[in-house]
Amino acid sequence: MKEKEGKEKDLEKQFAELKGWVENLSKVAPENKLVLICFSGDLDKALAAFIIATGAAAMGMDVVMFFTFWGTPLLRDKKKTAGGKDLMGKMFGFMLPKGVNALKLSKMNMGGMGTAMMKALMKKKNVASLEDMLALAAEMEVRIFICEMSMDLMGFKREEMIAYPNLTYCGVAKMLEEAQSSKVQFFI
Amino acid sequence: MSADIKVDKIMDLKGMPCPMPVVKVSKGIKEVAIGQVIEAHTTDPGALADFPAWARTSGNEILKTDQTGDVIKFYIKRKV
Repeated sequence: MKEKEGKEKDLEKQFAELKGWVENLSKVAPENKLVLICFSGDLDKALAAFIIATGAAAMGMDVVMFFTFWGTPLLRDKKKTAGGKDLMGKMFGFMLPKGVNALKLSKMNMGGMGTAMMKALMKKKNVASLEDMLALAAEMEVRIFICEMSMDLMGFKREEMIAYPNLTYCGVAKMLEEAQSSKVQFFI
Repeated sequence: MSADIKVDKIMDLKGMPCPMPVVKVSKGIKEVAIGQVIEAHTTDPGALADFPAWARTSGNEILKTDQTGDVIKFYIKRKV
């Protein structure tokens, strides 16, 4: 009898231990989430990023796109302007693409001819344009983060960025918090 | 139409390249009730790998795949 009680106690202890482990594991288990770091301002790479993002959203994943450095000007609104910039800010503003339609191919741009040909080809083959992909991402509740440091460095103002439903200005820590709890991370 | 499967919604996704077939079907499946079936038509050869992958990760079921010429038909049952 005593032996049986002892065994039960032992089992209870093991069960409690196991429960603790499972609780801890579930706390650190990655979520069904994708974090994309969109560093590139090239048309081809941005297209890849948006295809992956919308595809992941279709698979039921929570998706975060973190736009930094050359990726930042993609999210400028071509119709908006911002004043109060210094000389460097004005220069960056002038030289960098204003929105997704102004991007160029990373290869075979050939003074814009290659990019124009690729865009025509995309249309012919029914491949969604970056503008469409951005709208689709918004519809699929893809979250977009913009690197505050890149904004500051390139002299971009918030009032010249696109109106996107799920837009957050943040730094590396916020992106890393999302990346830590995600199953998949890509740097593009 | 397949004789043995009752289809509740047909989606024409012909001519759409990646990622649109999967994007559209993920939206379309929410428009039928759980247990109902979608018949999706696509001409994207990548869909042969993509649709089963999408179904596995989203928790839905592909009942049947039919290929006639360039057109691939998927019969997908909404499970979640």
